[in-house]
Amino acid sequence: MDADLIINILYATLRTGTPLLLIALGELVCEKSGVLNLGQEGMVLMGAVTGFMAAVVSGSLFTGVLVAVLCGIGMALLFGFLAITLVSNQVATGLALTIFGGGLSAFLGSSYVGIGIEGFTPWELPLLSEVPVLGKIFFSHDPLVYVSWILFIAVYWCFRSSRAGLIIRAVGENPEAANALGMRVFLVRYAAVAFGGAMAGLAGAYLSLAYTPLWTEGMSAGRGWIALALVVFASWRPERVLLGAYLFGAASILHLVLQGLGFEASPNLLAMLPYVATILVLMLIANDAIKARLNTPFALGKPFRPQL
Amino acid sequence: MSSQRSKHLFGVRLEKRASDSRWMAYCSPLLAILLTLLCGAGIFASLGHAPGAALYTFFLQPLEDFYGWTELGLKASPLLLCAMGLVLCFKAKIWNIGAEGQFIIGALGGGYMALQLDSMEGPWVLFAVVAFGALCGMLWAALAALLKTRFACNEILTTIMLNYIALNWLYYSVYGPLKDPAGYNFPESALFSDSSLLPLLFDGYRLNISLYFALLALACVWTLMSRTLFGFQIAVLGEDASAARYAGFKQNRLVWLALLVCGALAGLAGISEVTGPVGQLNANISLGYGYAAIIVVFLGRMHPVGILFASVLLALTFMGGEMVQMELTLPKSLTGLFQGMLLFFLLACDFLIGYQLQWSRPNRKISTVDIAQKAQE
Repeated sequence: MDADLIINILYATLRTGTPLLLIALGELVCEKSGVLNLGQEGMVLMGAVTGFMAAVVSGSLFTGVLVAVLCGIGMALLFGFLAITLVSNQVATGLALTIFGGGLSAFLGSSYVGIGIEGFTPWELPLLSEVPVLGKIFFSHDPLVYVSWILFIAVYWCFRSSRAGLIIRAVGENPEAANALGMRVFLVRYAAVAFGGAMAGLAGAYLSLAYTPLWTEGMSAGRGWIALALVVFASWRPERVLLGAYLFGAASILHLVLQGLGFEASPNLLAMLPYVATILVLMLIANDAIKARLNTPFALGKPFRPQL
Repeated sequence: MSSQRSKHLFGVRLEKRASDSRWMAYCSPLLAILLTLLCGAGIFASLGHAPGAALYTFFLQPLEDFYGWTELGLKASPLLLCAMGLVLCFKAKIWNIGAEGQFIIGALGGGYMALQLDSMEGPWVLFAVVAFGALCGMLWAALAALLKTRFACNEILTTIMLNYIALNWLYYSVYGPLKDPAGYNFPESALFSDSSLLPLLFDGYRLNISLYFALLALACVWTLMSRTLFGFQIAVLGEDASAARYAGFKQNRLVWLALLVCGALAGLAGISEVTGPVGQLNANISLGYGYAAIIVVFLGRMHPVGILFASVLLALTFMGGEMVQMELTLPKSLTGLFQGMLLFFLLACDFLIGYQLQWSRPNRKISTVDIAQKAQE
């Protein structure tokens, strides 16, 4: 393996890890507030299809991204209305969101299959991208990758040293106590769910406008679910989400590595790798069951019924 | 102090019921179907089709002739099989989303057997093929059971991952080792021999004995749920896991049993599909029956009779999608959209089981300024 190949693999790892990072960060915030949204997959697909459609119609990629984010928020609010206001079962509602999003996105995008567009091109950051090796790996990506880093820093800072982070955590650990202290549980949870939706929409836009600039049915290929596992794996810590997302990114492009080493294997078998890796990771955390339980937001998945 | 337990929403007061409404539990699916139809009418109208005529094309035109009814049975059978397995899991609050993967592996394993036994003849061939398919589905579900009981992995995530692995395994097989050498390089296996095809119920129609499998599964699981200790334990585990623990029920054993039964039934659905209407292995053997069966279970109120009706309705959505594609050149994916809407509306309507609407006039707020003005006058 030569140096160029290693650089390319690391570069591709960051690219494949980005959608996972975005989805998982959104889900992290959502779960920290005590809401388990299993509808990530549906929101990602809706973001991907609406973003792509908007980009094709308007001719502007940024319009596409904006529409995808708004669509993600819209889907998330739909979930929020059912799961938060109507206190429905969060697991069933999340599944419904995934099934609904899958169906609606396939329906909306049916006339957009096979259309190609000019996706995001890499922005080579001035000066930084000229650093040997590191410049190519880290600083010549498309803009959404940089956005994902900014969002990571924002989430990290939010939970490390902001009042907002404290409030979200309080609401997720003990909504009754938070309510008694005058925090607005519903509002916080709606905001967290909406943030999760925005991130999923953004991840969808990344898939259909940057990663592979086209729309195909079910193109998220389970990334929403992998991201859910990632949040558990990361024990709800943003910095571990970052690490995990890139590890999974690496697992999904293992075929590049194998080809580099001269192995030939069926692409369909290699496509199983991220899913197998997810199961292995879930088994791995099982060794640390007590720690995992301590890290889980205490009120996760439990609806809050205020006693007015 | 009724306001203590009430919530205000858009001027309508939502009052918590003293106890859940049984009546509403049965009405909620009907209400959801009605809302889905209304929304569907809106969608058709926005696409420039007369809503009434389009809904007719979607829901009634498929059933205009005998052929349509046999196709309905053909599509309802796998849904019913998967749903009867899932209901056991969901009753116990084991969120098995893996019926799709178990369906695919059942089809793949059984199909492999059918290809191996290609030159054999006799009724045992079909039996071996179908039994092996169900066994493969069961083994696939056993993985999820092992992961849940031994490693405490969340079954939602593991079963979803197993679905994707199963799908890729199918792709690998039909693009690779099981591809028909004489098949012009299409991703499909050779056609199965006649001795591994399910007998048809009527000459010239595709409906086969998988309908009997499904009805038998319905009867068996119903008996299991309502007449056996296992069914009772499953129900208790779902209602209150700690009560089940105190009662000394072996939780892991229940998880294993529920998942194995579900896997076998979903595997049976899968092998029935490929030894029935498909007749070979190819890349699109599942239309998403395993996922649609989840909706069937919720819509059927987790009760066998309800599930029977729900599986027929969901089968109809599959046929309706094909019908509007043929007749109105609308995308077939309308099926998924209708199914998603149905589940969403159902969950929203289920709110009314625990709460009731009170149409009350909004209270006019009397501010201190008003009082002060009154006093001055």
